[in-house]
Amino acid sequence: MVTIYQGRAGLSRRELLKRGSAAGALLIISGTAVLSTGEAWGLESTALKPETVATLIQLARDIYPHDQVPDRFYAIAIKSHDELAGKDPAHKELIENGIADLDRKAGAGGYTGLGWEDQRVSILRQIEDTPFFQAIRGGLVVGLYNQKELWPIFGYEGESYSKGGYIARGFDDIEWL
Amino acid sequence: MPAPYGLNDDSVVVIIGSGAGGGTLGNELAQKGIDVVILEAGPRIEYDDFINDEWDSFGQLAWLDNRTTGGGWRVHKDFPNLPAWIVKAVGGTTTHWAGASLRFQEHEFKTLTNYGKVEGANLLDWPLTLTDLEPYYAKAEDKMGVTRTNDIEGLPGNNNFKVFKAGADKLGYKECHTGRMAINSADRDGRMGCQQTGFCFQGCKWGAKWSTLYTEIPKGEATGKLEVRPGSHVLKIEHDDSGKVTNVVYADKDGKMQSQKARIVCVAGNSIESPRLLLNSASAKFPDGLANSSGQVGRNYMRHTTGSVYAIFDKPVHFWRGTTMAGIVRDEARHDPSRGFVGGYELETLALGLPFMAAFLDPGGWGRSFTTALDHYDKMAGMWIVGEDMPQEQNAVKLHGEIKDKYGMPIPDVWFTDHPNDVAMRNHAYKQGMAMYDAVGATRTFPTPPYPSTHNLGTNRMSEKASDGVVNKWGQTHDIKNLFVSDGSQFTTGAAENPTLTIVTLAIRQADYIAEQMSAKSI
Repeated sequence: MVTIYQGRAGLSRRELLKRGSAAGALLIISGTAVLSTGEAWGLESTALKPETVATLIQLARDIYPHDQVPDRFYAIAIKSHDELAGKDPAHKELIENGIADLDRKAGAGGYTGLGWEDQRVSILRQIEDTPFFQAIRGGLVVGLYNQKELWPIFGYEGESYSKGGYIARGFDDIEWL
Repeated sequence: MPAPYGLNDDSVVVIIGSGAGGGTLGNELAQKGIDVVILEAGPRIEYDDFINDEWDSFGQLAWLDNRTTGGGWRVHKDFPNLPAWIVKAVGGTTTHWAGASLRFQEHEFKTLTNYGKVEGANLLDWPLTLTDLEPYYAKAEDKMGVTRTNDIEGLPGNNNFKVFKAGADKLGYKECHTGRMAINSADRDGRMGCQQTGFCFQGCKWGAKWSTLYTEIPKGEATGKLEVRPGSHVLKIEHDDSGKVTNVVYADKDGKMQSQKARIVCVAGNSIESPRLLLNSASAKFPDGLANSSGQVGRNYMRHTTGSVYAIFDKPVHFWRGTTMAGIVRDEARHDPSRGFVGGYELETLALGLPFMAAFLDPGGWGRSFTTALDHYDKMAGMWIVGEDMPQEQNAVKLHGEIKDKYGMPIPDVWFTDHPNDVAMRNHAYKQGMAMYDAVGATRTFPTPPYPSTHNLGTNRMSEKASDGVVNKWGQTHDIKNLFVSDGSQFTTGAAENPTLTIVTLAIRQADYIAEQMSAKSI
């Protein structure tokens, strides 16, 4: 679950990070950035609202939930929507409206305010055929799973030619059969 | 020393496409001293440059020109602009193929006779028999270095095969081994043995897997009788008043229109592009397209009854390590209607990397049902189903009514709907595949839907009578005697076996016929 801490105007980023940590929040919105206290990264939004970007990160995790995968991989996976929104007003509208619709369906507190994944997923089931959902889900298939840094989490070893293949590295090392 | 031929040289044989059919035919003709120009739409990418990365390789090799789809197949929904996963490069799809090289079974050449009339299917007997092809199969196996033929040892089994074999044994299957593979198990023909690298689909960086790119084509070029022109996209085949084809019009690598004269034209652009080209070559004399007096050009599109079964175990498998498809069960390949369908299927080992597993395990799938499968990616095993599908007239490659490519040529629109026989076969295969894995302790199994087609067949089919099909038993079009089809689109029916060996076999045989006809001056 991504908890989003909304900073008040006038507070410094440093102060926010401190408060965020104190509140146990994982993602903090400061100015145009989404900051992660636990993982020590920030994602500057350029076209989309930072709140939208933070919700997208939660949405990405709800679509492809892997509990062993830290938020930063999801943040990288959705970053292209912010970039595309900067170039294409129609895409910006698609994303902003899509997120607004999710927040509306979720009621007070918005989408990220729903505490259980099941609650959020039941909203997603209502919109899974929409162009908005398909744009997010479709983009994640490559955007998330094609991150080389992610592969070791799943045990996938990637490129093997430079290591001489697996002929001497366990292509037939199964022992439990 | 590739021979450069002039555009006005009307003595050359022009082959369109450089894959299993075109590349082999080009070399075979060149070896006989015949002058050949191969026009290949894609670039020439040598095997050192192949990429051990699924998406990067896909971008490097795949045929990504826009195509549309229609019909009831799930590919239409999941991959509406990618009906086929085939290659646009010198070597064609022999760069991407897995290497499985199986002869057709005798009964599969006579499906109408052996299966009888199947409602809704356009079954037809091939105008040739296994006996006709046997000497050519033998030549093809030797040329390609197929394991378990010509005293070539089988490949060693990888982890995925070991799980597969254990399951096959538990189910009592009798014919299970590491396959007949056109992948060197030891050095042969100047190429090295398999290093168990995986990434067979991304092009073999060792050159251990047979591909026309680094076997047939350089051998043909070495004779001084073969010129390959990469980046040449053929738009039209033209003819004279007598109806003989005379030249092909193509966009060269710089996008400039060229016209190459020809004594003979052989079309080998795979089962989507080949009929597209014939249809696009319509003229006043041939208003329905070249060689289409039967109306069968583009029809009877087959793609094998495919699907995959993946399974998760409680211990690691590391199934991506090693040869991608070196494992087969052949027991279900027989024709045995008591199973509820005609024809048969093969089960073959298969692994995908994590990025492609995410894209293909359950296209469109999301949520924990999907992600908990990937969470156990390192404990997965996998197999592919490849079975005979029914030719159906309405399954077809058509010219799109509105959308054109950058040269103004209508893009192909690929329609496919499963025949009930295909569905029954796939369901049987899913059940057997899942039972194999369950027998060795799978905790979860996945009947995975077909991917975009890798086996594209039948759209210029071979027939005894000119009214039933497009080409005769030599791949020569019934209507135009100096126009040939040299790829899998000639297949009358698809059989249960991976098609490449039979495409190569037909190309070797066709080369003999073309050479004979040329010296007899009949073409």
